[in-house]
Amino acid sequence: MIEIKNIHKSFGDNKVLKGISGKFEPGVTNLIIGGSGSGKTTLLKCMIGLHHPEEGSVEYDGRDFTQLNTEERIEIRKEIGMLFQGSALFDSMTVEENIMFPLNMFTDQSRSEKLDRVNFCLERVNLEGKNKLFPAELSGGMKKRVGIARAIAMNPKYLFCDEPNSGLDPKTSIVIDELIKEITEEYNTTTIVVTHDMNSVMGIGDYIMFLHEGKKFWEGSNKEIAKTDITELNDFVFASRFMKAAKDKF
Amino acid sequence: MNFTNFGRYILLLKATFKRPEKWKIYMKAIFQQMDFIGVGSLGLISIISTFIGAVMTLQIAFQLVSDFIPKTIIGSVNRDSSILELSPTISAIVLAGKIGSAISSEIGTMRVTEQIDALEIMGINAPGYLILPKILAGITMVPVLVIISMVLSITGGYLGGTLSGAVSPAEYIQGITTDFNPYTVNVSLVKAFVFGFIITSVPAYEGFYVKGGALEVAQASTRAVVVSCISILACDYIITQLML
Repeated sequence: MIEIKNIHKSFGDNKVLKGISGKFEPGVTNLIIGGSGSGKTTLLKCMIGLHHPEEGSVEYDGRDFTQLNTEERIEIRKEIGMLFQGSALFDSMTVEENIMFPLNMFTDQSRSEKLDRVNFCLERVNLEGKNKLFPAELSGGMKKRVGIARAIAMNPKYLFCDEPNSGLDPKTSIVIDELIKEITEEYNTTTIVVTHDMNSVMGIGDYIMFLHEGKKFWEGSNKEIAKTDITELNDFVFASRFMKAAKDKF
Repeated sequence: MNFTNFGRYILLLKATFKRPEKWKIYMKAIFQQMDFIGVGSLGLISIISTFIGAVMTLQIAFQLVSDFIPKTIIGSVNRDSSILELSPTISAIVLAGKIGSAISSEIGTMRVTEQIDALEIMGINAPGYLILPKILAGITMVPVLVIISMVLSITGGYLGGTLSGAVSPAEYIQGITTDFNPYTVNVSLVKAFVFGFIITSVPAYEGFYVKGGALEVAQASTRAVVVSCISILACDYIITQLML
């Protein structure tokens, strides 16, 4: 479980996060949603230590990440898998080398054991046989799937996904969403997805935290979100005519 | 502002020289970088050194018009100029352009495409993994390139001088072998070592802290070459002052 308490973060005079707290349980897909500039990516980066919050704590199963020294942080980071918005695959490495990279760095497994793990991860994301391709040879959806394969290579306890659907067609988006949900449930990972994709919200949002102007405005599940009468949330989730019509029907 | 940059540069170097997670992987990266910096630059350094040596001989011969000065002096001047100044400094400036911009662009692109963030999230010391192999390759391969450059520059002087008739082969060879002080090679290698460090670490710093996109990566690359060249020239002066 990850628990954040009273997170504050500013860039110069711009206060991006204004005291956000929340709990993210394992085995369920936790979504952080909000409009552009609402602070969701900043919150994610504070949680994984790429930004340092001015105030507040981020606890990984009781271990406060903000209070740990570098070595202790590295130990927690070995338990984290992350899917980046742009996939962040290493350009100079093949798909196989990308997925094998954390295994090479942190395990003493033999090459065949590592290769088995790579093939298992690739199979898990339906990319069998793509081992020798370079990231430049992959489509956007394939890159995301390789990103997921690399993220799960070390059997992470915590999985973070930053805008996993950005730049993808609706069908591929659903494939990625379902993959994230399956992995979360199968391995009981604490998964946090930052998104503004409404299909993801309605499809896999077991727990949703809605950010607005740097504050937590609402939290609940995808079933509850349709019934809410909070104007800011409705303006965001049901912005399109189609979604509005769907809500009215619901 | 410059003090801030220098401070960040020192902090980056401190992070770079932390104990590697796995030496085996770092060794592989070091050899790759040695190949890129050393073998990859051999052709360019060879061509430049040979021509500079040849041109130097012709220019020295042009300026030595007095009958009281023996022509053997052409070889001596060319030898000392090549060893002490031209080979280390010109090679370093050329390498700053070729390797420095490549290092800065590579690391800068990794920064803007979140590849460095990905390394950090995995628990890997990104400065160590990305920069340490480059610095180690730089401080080992640049001196090797400078030694090759010295030899080719003196050989180029021989070819240029004898082919043009500015100096006879015997006079040139007598010139380069008379009063040779091996200490000049030590000075040159110290310069090469320092320049190798600058050529790799300064562009790595510029690339590592890039913010933005393609334009900023290109700007960082240009800045890396400019700062490297100025640093090389400043260190050239300091080392020469201290050692000669």
